[in-house]
Amino acid sequence: MNPFLGYALSGVLLIGIGLYGAIVYGHLLRKIIALNVMSGGIFLVFIALARRAPGVADPVPHAMVITGIVVAVCASAVALVLSVRVAVETGQAALPGDHEDRA
Amino acid sequence: MIALAVAVSCPIWAIVVPLVGAALTMLWPRRATFVGAAATLTTLAVVTALTARIAQTGVQRYAVGGWGAPLGIDLYADGLSAILLAITAAVAAGVSLYGLRYFRAVSVLAYFWTLWLFVWAALNALFLSGDIFNLYVTLELVGLSAVALVALAGGGAALTGALRYLLVSLVGSASYLLGVALLYGQYAVLDIASLGAQVQPDTVTWVAMAAMFAGLMLKTALFPLHFWLPAAHGAAPAPVSAVLSGLVVKASFYILVRLWLQLFPIAVPAPGQLLGALGAAAILWGSIQALRQERLKMLLAYSTVAQIGYLFLVFPLADTVAAQTAWLGVLMFIASHALAKSALFLCAGNILRYYGHDRVHKLGGAARGEPVTFFALGLAGVSLIGLPPSGGFIAKWLLIEAAMASGQWWWVLVMVTGAFLAATYVFRVLGDGLISGTVSARRQVVAPGMAGAALLLALGATVLGFLAVPMDELRQIGWPLVAVRGGQP
Amino acid sequence: MTWGTAVPLGIVLSSFLAGLVIFTLAEERVVLRTTLNLLGAVVKLTLVGVMIVGVLSEQYYTVSLPLLPGLNLVLQADKLSVLFVTLSSGLWLVTTVYAIGYLEDSPHRSRFFGFFSLCVSATVGVALAGNLLTFLFFYELLTLSTYPLLVHRGTEQARQAGRTYLVYTVFGGTSLLIGTIWLYTLTGNLVFAPQGIVAEIAEQHRASLIAIFVLLIAGVGVKAALVPLHGWLPQAMVAPAPVSALLHAVAVVKAGAFGIVRIVYDVYGIGVTADLGLADPLLALACVTIVYGSVRALYQDDLKRRLAFSTVSQVSYIVLGTVIVGPLASIGAFVHLIHQGIMKITLFFCAGNLAETLGIHKVSEMDGVGRRMPWTMAAFTIGALGMIGIPPMAGFVSKWYLGAGALEGGDDWVILVLIASSLLNAGYFLPILARAWFARQTAPWPHERDFGRAETRWTLLLPPIITAALALLMGLFAAAPWSPLAYAQLITADEYGP
Repeated sequence: MNPFLGYALSGVLLIGIGLYGAIVYGHLLRKIIALNVMSGGIFLVFIALARRAPGVADPVPHAMVITGIVVAVCASAVALVLSVRVAVETGQAALPGDHEDRA
Repeated sequence: MIALAVAVSCPIWAIVVPLVGAALTMLWPRRATFVGAAATLTTLAVVTALTARIAQTGVQRYAVGGWGAPLGIDLYADGLSAILLAITAAVAAGVSLYGLRYFRAVSVLAYFWTLWLFVWAALNALFLSGDIFNLYVTLELVGLSAVALVALAGGGAALTGALRYLLVSLVGSASYLLGVALLYGQYAVLDIASLGAQVQPDTVTWVAMAAMFAGLMLKTALFPLHFWLPAAHGAAPAPVSAVLSGLVVKASFYILVRLWLQLFPIAVPAPGQLLGALGAAAILWGSIQALRQERLKMLLAYSTVAQIGYLFLVFPLADTVAAQTAWLGVLMFIASHALAKSALFLCAGNILRYYGHDRVHKLGGAARGEPVTFFALGLAGVSLIGLPPSGGFIAKWLLIEAAMASGQWWWVLVMVTGAFLAATYVFRVLGDGLISGTVSARRQVVAPGMAGAALLLALGATVLGFLAVPMDELRQIGWPLVAVRGGQP
Repeated sequence: MTWGTAVPLGIVLSSFLAGLVIFTLAEERVVLRTTLNLLGAVVKLTLVGVMIVGVLSEQYYTVSLPLLPGLNLVLQADKLSVLFVTLSSGLWLVTTVYAIGYLEDSPHRSRFFGFFSLCVSATVGVALAGNLLTFLFFYELLTLSTYPLLVHRGTEQARQAGRTYLVYTVFGGTSLLIGTIWLYTLTGNLVFAPQGIVAEIAEQHRASLIAIFVLLIAGVGVKAALVPLHGWLPQAMVAPAPVSALLHAVAVVKAGAFGIVRIVYDVYGIGVTADLGLADPLLALACVTIVYGSVRALYQDDLKRRLAFSTVSQVSYIVLGTVIVGPLASIGAFVHLIHQGIMKITLFFCAGNLAETLGIHKVSEMDGVGRRMPWTMAAFTIGALGMIGIPPMAGFVSKWYLGAGALEGGDDWVILVLIASSLLNAGYFLPILARAWFARQTAPWPHERDFGRAETRWTLLLPPIITAALALLMGLFAAAPWSPLAYAQLITADEYGP
């Protein structure tokens, strides 16, 4: 089996886990971590699919993944700041209608 | 002089000018209003020059820093980009004018200008992007700054609304990015035009398309993925709601249009019908929810959910003999909804300030107390319903004509029902305002600039009704010619 | 810009621009507002005069503005549009004078007169529309500009009437819109042309054309108050008297009736309408409306409601004359468009005077009012006798041609409807006249106001006297070359050939 296909499939698995976490968990930190798992999976798919010819790396996906990581870091930072503010304002680290699922 | 005009009309300025404005307002918060006004005027001039240049000389390409694709960034501007840039500029003019007088606290004021100019720059960058990865980056920039704008209002409702919006937005763009990865893996190009030339109807491409469409539908808030929109749009400060409902949801829809027009492999009717059905559900559900709202801003937010549904009716019509009519109709719809809905949100802001509340059934006497705002409310409402004279009328005419010409009369029924419901909720507000009522003692004066900004945008929605022909001429510049789709440009 | 384009544009803009300026005026700028109102009305009437002369000497007036790819907003003058535009512009001048007097000390006058002007701009737009798109455009604008006038009083009752009006007219507008677009996808063309535009495809698309006709007629039938689409009209009488005059005589109802005329003659053509089997059902509907409106009017004690049901009945005479094949009936329809407008506006002015001067709103309160307000009641009498169709009043002329047309078209039974309706008209108008002139005043007037020696304010008295005189003259001099009758004969010659 092509090792790159393996990477790609694990990437897809990570995306699935991340999406599941983002939907199911109520606690904001868990949601944010889940989203990061999800974007990690996407980056893995990117890198795995980008190998054109044997032995030659394609630089374009690298550039894209680096950009993607920067975007993900920024987004996580904004999400964290907002979460803290929400927790201060409403007294719970979850969106209305969700549980904090501390268990 | 000519050299100057050519230099000014370079696409890059439409991004750089508002970006510099944003940076300056951050560095110089005490002068934020002045800098913001100057940046607005300059951007308006630059976008006007660019649009005029596209209209005269056709499609524009510009390699940022001279690097060129694939590693560098290429800007690409055709008629479709020009129309979206122009709509954005028109709404921006109204929002900036409103922003001059709306905010009182200096700190919030400076943040508003920084973020708003940043959103504008990101929107312009999005409309000027020619490859699918740049579209992702710009879409993310628009999303992040829009979230921050929502949070400006402060308080629990706005913060939770903003956070939900952010999380949804991140899932949406992640889904889009997955599609980009799959497409690049398959074809090793990012440029939309080159992709369009190579694209094949195989499994990977379909999965990629599905991922991208799902992500963008979530960001456009198409029913049933609209759950995040009312809270975010309803809780944000009035000018921010205007930007979100008027422009930001249109940005992700614009990407959908680009993908459909240039990338979608070989037409099959099923996806178009599915998107149309979701659009129809959005029209009915959103309108009924709007009817049930007690607060004006929430009413308008649900109305946005409904109006987004109309946009998606273009897809079942886009593969028929009436394709050109349908596309012009949807562009007209984007423009008229952008102007009318932003005008309505600004009106809601004025009413909120005047009465201290925006409860729909307690607006008696509004026509006398705030005549300019109320007149703007009426004009924009007329466009929202789709009655003449307005851009909304022309848009609905074109969409109904396309549905009839292609024999898909069921969409006509949906649109007509939507118009009925829209008339009901618009006149619910107008009827209350026209009857005599007691105005509570705690009313406040609305600055003339705020009422004027709302009126300006509402008049824009009315005048748009006479601009269909020039818009169609602009649209045809660089319009992707897909022979298999039927219909001629 | 030549005269050919400037005149139709000027006719629409004269009131439109005046209206826009009036919106911005402060409440207390009475003199400026009045000047603008009258200036707009006089300029419009002058331009209409120019147009009449031009059209009679085969001048061509047209102006167009691209609205959609391949479809323009077209204003142009043919003989039929001149008929309607003259009626609206003339009666608008009179109504403006009346409204200035009527609203002398009520609030929101700038808003009122602003929408009043927009309303008449939309009406002349309907009259001058050169294609169905333009017609639809101004027809909807008319809906929008009358709504604020209808709810002007700001009471809950007014709001209710406004809501009813909107439900009916939005339904009508939507129906008209769908019909128009459907027609456009079949013909690729929406121009008003003598003998219509659908003759070529009549065989191929028979079923579609019938459905489109139903949609279009339902659309304009709402404003024309065809049964069962008439429900809004009696409710709308809560509006101030000048607005009622506008609704019943100058603008709204007339725009609906005019739309039926346009659709039958210039979109389908009377021949195709009959071939498709559409003329007879419409004729039957018109007859039902005529009888139903009259019967309902008999039982109304509220004067304005009685007049409103009378309008429901009278406007369908126009429809009746339109769908009977043959020139005589068409002449009757065209001439009744004018006659009904002038007679009905007189009656509404008089009803307004009674309400404004004496507080009388009900027929049962009118005992002996002829002695207190002789001029008003004289005008009312002329209008009422005209409506019944007693010679030599104007209404007699229309009914004569309608009856002769029915015989000519082979629909002899219509004569019975006309006779029944005339008897019913007499049944609900003559008791009013008897009470006013011959009964003795039994109770004090409900709410009397003193205007010195005159029976009421002169701005309120002059308009009904003028329109009553016109109604009388049109009947007496129907044979004169400048009468509406002579003009109606000219129009008919175009549809049926010389």
